[in-house]
Amino acid sequence: MSSTVSSASDPVLRETDRPHAPRLRGDLGVWFVILLELLTFAILFVAYAFARNREPAVFQAGQATLDLHSGALNTVLLITGSWCVARAVQAVRRDAVQAGARWLLGALVCGGGFVVVKLAEYAGKAQAWADMGDDTFYMLYFMLTGFHFLHVVVGMIAIVYLWWRTRRGAYGRHDCHALETGAAFWHMVDLLWIVLFPLVYVLR
Amino acid sequence: MHESRLNRAWLLLLVITGVTFWMGESGSSAGSLAVALAVLGLAFVKGMLVALEFLELREAPALWRWLIAGWLVLVLGLIVLAYALGLP
Repeated sequence: MSSTVSSASDPVLRETDRPHAPRLRGDLGVWFVILLELLTFAILFVAYAFARNREPAVFQAGQATLDLHSGALNTVLLITGSWCVARAVQAVRRDAVQAGARWLLGALVCGGGFVVVKLAEYAGKAQAWADMGDDTFYMLYFMLTGFHFLHVVVGMIAIVYLWWRTRRGAYGRHDCHALETGAAFWHMVDLLWIVLFPLVYVLR
Repeated sequence: MHESRLNRAWLLLLVITGVTFWMGESGSSAGSLAVALAVLGLAFVKGMLVALEFLELREAPALWRWLIAGWLVLVLGLIVLAYALGLP
C-alpha cells in the first residue's frame, strides 16, 4: 500500500525537487526523427533556393501565381495550432484534462483550416500540376508544400489519438510523455512552415 | 506563469507574421537584399520562439537549443546566399 502511494507521487516529488533540471520534453527517438526531418527539409529548401537562382524568370512567373494571403493565413493557422497544443500540455500537467482536451480540439480546428486552405490552393493550380513536367518551380513547389502537407495530416492523426486518450484521462501530472511527444512533432511541422512561408511565398 | 509565456510567444509570432506579410505585400521585397535579410531574420526569431517556448527547449539541455539554432542559421544563411548570388 505504502509503496503504491510513494511510486505514484515520485514523479511529482522529482519535479518539485529539481524544477530547473534540464529536460528534453517528449520521446528521444521521436526527437531523432525530428532532426532527420529537419535535415531532409533543409536539403529541399536549399535546392529550391539555388534552383530559383538558375531560372529566375521561371520562378518569378510561378511565384506570381501564388496567393500571399493564403500563405499568411496558413502561417497564422499553424502558429495558433502550435500554441493550442502547448497550452494543452500545460493544462494536462496541472491535471486539467478536460481543458487540455479542448485545447487539442482547437489545434485540430487550426490543422483542418490549414488543410482546407492548402487544398483550395492546389485546386487552383490543377492546370499547373498537369504541366509540372517542364517547370522547375512547380515541381519544387508541389514537392516542398506537398511533403509538408503530409506532415500536417500525420500530425493531425496523432492529435486526434491524443485528444481521445486525454479525454479518457490517460495523461496527467503523473504521465505526459505521449502528449509531449506528439506535441514535439506538431511544433516541428510549424517550424518547417516558418522557413517555407518566406522562402516560397514572400521572397521574390 | 507558463501560460502567460506561451500567450506572449503566440502574440509575438502573429505580429512578426503580419510584418512579414506586409513586406511581401508591399512589393518592396522584389530584388532587395536588405528586405530578404529582414524577412529571413524574422523567420529566425519565429523559429527560435517556437523552439524555446513551444518545444520547451528553454528547459532542455543546451545541445538541443544549439541544434535547432544551428539548423535555422544554416538553412536561412544558405537561402540568403542563393538570393544574393542571384541578384543582378
